[in-house]
Amino acid sequence: MMQSVRDGARLRRFFSSTATIAIAALSTVAAPAPVLAQEELNALVWCDHTDPALLEPFEKANDVKVNVKVYEGTGAGLSILDQSQPGDWDVLVIDGVDVHRAIDLDLLAEMPDSALPTADIFPEVRMEANNTKDGKTYAVTEKFGYNTISYDKTKVDPKDMQDLSVIWSDKYKGRIALYDYYLPMIGLVGLGLGKKTSELSEADMPAIKEKLAAMRAASKQVSDVVSSQTALATGEVDILVGGGEWITAVLSADKPSLDWTIPEQGAVRWAQSIGVMKDSTKQDLALKFVQYILSPEGQARLATSSCYWAMPANAKAGEHLNDQQKAALRFDQQAEYLKKTQLYPIPSTELDQQFQDAWTEMLQQ
Amino acid sequence: MADAGTLTSATALEDADRRKAWGFVAPALLWTVAFFVVPFALMAAMSLWKREGRDLVRVWNFDNYVRFFSENALFQGLVNSLEITVIVTVISVLLAYPLAWIIAERVPKRLQRMALILAILPFWTSYVVRSYSWLLVLSKNGVINQLFMNIGLISEPLELASTRTATVIGFVHFFVMLLTLTIYSNLIQLSPNYRRAAADLGANAFQTFWHVVLPLTLPGIMTGAFLTFVLCIGDYVTPQILGGNNELVLPQIIMLQLGRRADFPMAAALSIVLMLAVTIAYLACARWLKIERA
Repeated sequence: MMQSVRDGARLRRFFSSTATIAIAALSTVAAPAPVLAQEELNALVWCDHTDPALLEPFEKANDVKVNVKVYEGTGAGLSILDQSQPGDWDVLVIDGVDVHRAIDLDLLAEMPDSALPTADIFPEVRMEANNTKDGKTYAVTEKFGYNTISYDKTKVDPKDMQDLSVIWSDKYKGRIALYDYYLPMIGLVGLGLGKKTSELSEADMPAIKEKLAAMRAASKQVSDVVSSQTALATGEVDILVGGGEWITAVLSADKPSLDWTIPEQGAVRWAQSIGVMKDSTKQDLALKFVQYILSPEGQARLATSSCYWAMPANAKAGEHLNDQQKAALRFDQQAEYLKKTQLYPIPSTELDQQFQDAWTEMLQQ
Repeated sequence: MADAGTLTSATALEDADRRKAWGFVAPALLWTVAFFVVPFALMAAMSLWKREGRDLVRVWNFDNYVRFFSENALFQGLVNSLEITVIVTVISVLLAYPLAWIIAERVPKRLQRMALILAILPFWTSYVVRSYSWLLVLSKNGVINQLFMNIGLISEPLELASTRTATVIGFVHFFVMLLTLTIYSNLIQLSPNYRRAAADLGANAFQTFWHVVLPLTLPGIMTGAFLTFVLCIGDYVTPQILGGNNELVLPQIIMLQLGRRADFPMAAALSIVLMLAVTIAYLACARWLKIERA
């Protein structure tokens, strides 16, 4: 008995040592020569930055892996940053109107103006007041578009779409979808009331609430991007208030009947900015990524990203877009559109709360 | 002296057993404390803070709760959530019970597993994709409206998508299967002797079902109903996609607080309200089940 136990132990030691030698030998033979780990760049972005067609050229050119995390809503993005360690993130894409929130939280690094193609960016979307502070540049506008009216031109009279008051009239009752984001939508209502988006105040709230209620009564649904697109594409609704090229352009090939316009009273312009994180340990690489995104090639790829299309901020991107893409984006009409549109409201935190409450009330109506 | 020795060894054994029991329980206990009790306590504490502008005011107050109960748009979210959840739970139970009964009693034993697999087959796809699919089915040009119009049942398409009805349909589609599984597992454990005994005592089929089968399958129904309640009242995706935001449920209002403003204290307060609703539902179910079992 004792013998068999000893034999068993010996056998186990034998197999154990044999296995160790075999693993060591295999490791020596099979392991590749030591190589430097591929560098990685972490970017907190909107969904249009996840398109491989956008990222791959940069990754190949710089032998880097770009890890992207998508967020929706500045509040959610800032929460992710709040829960991260300094240095976790290298690049941030943020709503143009919220850049100062990030600057005030000391999240963004200053970028040298000489490294940025500012002169090539449409003057109306450079947005120095938003992207800079005390003369220092912390972010650059990379893409913009319009919250306006999208519609099916075979189902509605395109002339009606030239007047913003159509959004609260009964003419298309039950055939309208409202885009579910209170800031641009309240901006649109303000424009319909003859108010500049930058001048909206607490005094305007009663009139805004009244029009929101009328819009709600005339609408069929209030929905996010995908649901709005689906509703318009399937004929569930014929008009999307708050939509624009970013809703219809990506569908232009399959649904040529979908169109968008900017009414006489104007529309709301949105913009997204990109910047380098202050605590990034790869500042140079992060800046290089920002430069790539802002380059004409990067801009054309970002403008036609699979998630959503919208206008590139760099006017030179047009050289890299084909005619069909330029037509869908209305590239050549931008001079007129930029004049007719206003950046969406940047309310104080108190007014922002009132906007959100008014929107919630409207939804529960 | 011997008695004292016996007592001492018995106590030592009990202590050892107790230590062993704690050893077995400790991992689950630590897990629960770390991933439920502590986060919950933090959330409860945060619900008593307040967001003022961009600042988080870390002074304890009940402002968020006062706001919830005083602002109709917020309170209505709870009302909508409860209404939808109750409707979904009731309809799901009414549909799932006959389905489970047919599978357990009418489908041959060798085909029962296949029947259950077929029943849950649609759930092998993503929840979000399934909700968007329902949106297409229920739309003006969707399958249902096209079918009804083709057979002349209706002349104008029904407004099905982006309504509470759509939300309820999406939920019921999911929860009927869940309830079918819990009720089915209860039904197949039921000895046929109960029904034979009832028949021997002169009960007809309905009386046997009402007085014997139904009470004995109540634990399965209540377990499924409670799960339905919990999952339904906390769901954000289905109402968001299928409801068309034509009314907000509480999880949607919670998301609204977080999206742009990052008002975590208000979102935490609303989440506590949601948890209270679930706790009340649990207490109601647990008490009821206990009475039935007694």
